[in-house]
Amino acid sequence: MRLKKIVTLTVGFLICSSVPLFAHHGNAAFDSGKKVTVKGTITEWNWGNPHCFIEMDVKGDDGQVVHWVVEATAAPSLIDIGITKRSFKPGDQITATMTPVKTHQPIGRVMDVVLPNGKTLYFGPEPGLNINRGNEEAELTKINKAAQAEE
Amino acid sequence: MTNKVVLSGYVAALTLCCLTFAQTPSAQQSGPVNAQKSAAAPAPVHDLSGTWEPANGPKDGVQANGVKAMPSDGKPEHTPPFTPYGLKVFQSHKPLEGYTAVLPGYYNDPRDACDPLGFPRINFYSLRETQIMQNEYKIMIAYAYAETWRVIWTDGRTIKPVDGGVMMNGEFRESRWYGYSVGKWADDTTFVNETWGTQPEDKVWLDTAGRPISDQLHVTEQFHRVNHDRLELTETIDDPKMYTKPWVAMNKFPMKLEDPHTDIEDMYCSPTEMQKYNQTIANPASGKTNE
Repeated sequence: MRLKKIVTLTVGFLICSSVPLFAHHGNAAFDSGKKVTVKGTITEWNWGNPHCFIEMDVKGDDGQVVHWVVEATAAPSLIDIGITKRSFKPGDQITATMTPVKTHQPIGRVMDVVLPNGKTLYFGPEPGLNINRGNEEAELTKINKAAQAEE
Repeated sequence: MTNKVVLSGYVAALTLCCLTFAQTPSAQQSGPVNAQKSAAAPAPVHDLSGTWEPANGPKDGVQANGVKAMPSDGKPEHTPPFTPYGLKVFQSHKPLEGYTAVLPGYYNDPRDACDPLGFPRINFYSLRETQIMQNEYKIMIAYAYAETWRVIWTDGRTIKPVDGGVMMNGEFRESRWYGYSVGKWADDTTFVNETWGTQPEDKVWLDTAGRPISDQLHVTEQFHRVNHDRLELTETIDDPKMYTKPWVAMNKFPMKLEDPHTDIEDMYCSPTEMQKYNQTIANPASGKTNE
């Protein structure tokens, strides 16, 4: 499906470590040198194994809606970093940044999601995120729980 | 209408990948990277019981690139000693991980059908919170992945491998997913057990990188309780059908004792969830049409 609008398509040359966060299904399908950001409305938050994934509708400038699928890791691994079944729900307006698939389908592997409250959930220790990388799960849990806390 | 795409290019030399729960696949003895800072109490005698998790964090138990001691990176020193048949079976496997990885729509790992991982793969994939309980007759291990369990008998029974399974105390028992295990204490804090009678090569893999095992497999497993809070796991693979000699797949993998009140998360392989994932992500991401 041709993409009518992408908020930001960033091409970068990233040197990736070889063993992925998302160990269940490998990296071969994903274009690790690229990053895509889309803004849209969640239609479903699939919680389970082998992977949790967000389904969202992204409306382009031409009014056409593209249905994106944003893959995360398995449910227990998300719980380890403070993301739960309650983190998203249909109707939420989010901005998702992800590594896209090489086939140019509207599918990607999530990096982070900006919630309706404007705060960000991190699915891994991104470059520039100021955390102790020897204690990633605990630090991400702290950040992600704070992002979801009701004010 | 033209795409309104903002394309910006940049070079980020030495930038960590966004998927940075990563670790370089190198032969690891799983040493104490995050060593406990305070001295733990001494190990209790003849006691493995407790809830244990990978001491270096949950990702240390994932083992995406295959067994810890021999990650599947194509390097000669990490290549198991295949027999000609073992190499042929390995090459027939299309794994998702390792240097022979394929796209997710094309792999043939039995895990995709939610078949049991079997033993010893249950130690080599998503090894997470592991509950060990024991009494005078047996040690029982309950694994988080697939919420499965196995028993290691300590009551002195004998197990002898035969075609199609084992003889347990002289009675035939058929091959099964987690085999048949017997063990005993080598000293106050080291427990050694052996397993035979696992499934043939068309049903199970050794690891996520597709290394093979057969029903001629013999595994020697050692649990060493280093102190009250630390356990180290070592696994040796001996499968004459697949490998020319025994080799170490896991070497002193460290696990730390969890709070006994820890609730273990659900981690089943659901065929319907797997199917939905394949149809929604794996197949389209691989350029494959859903059937």
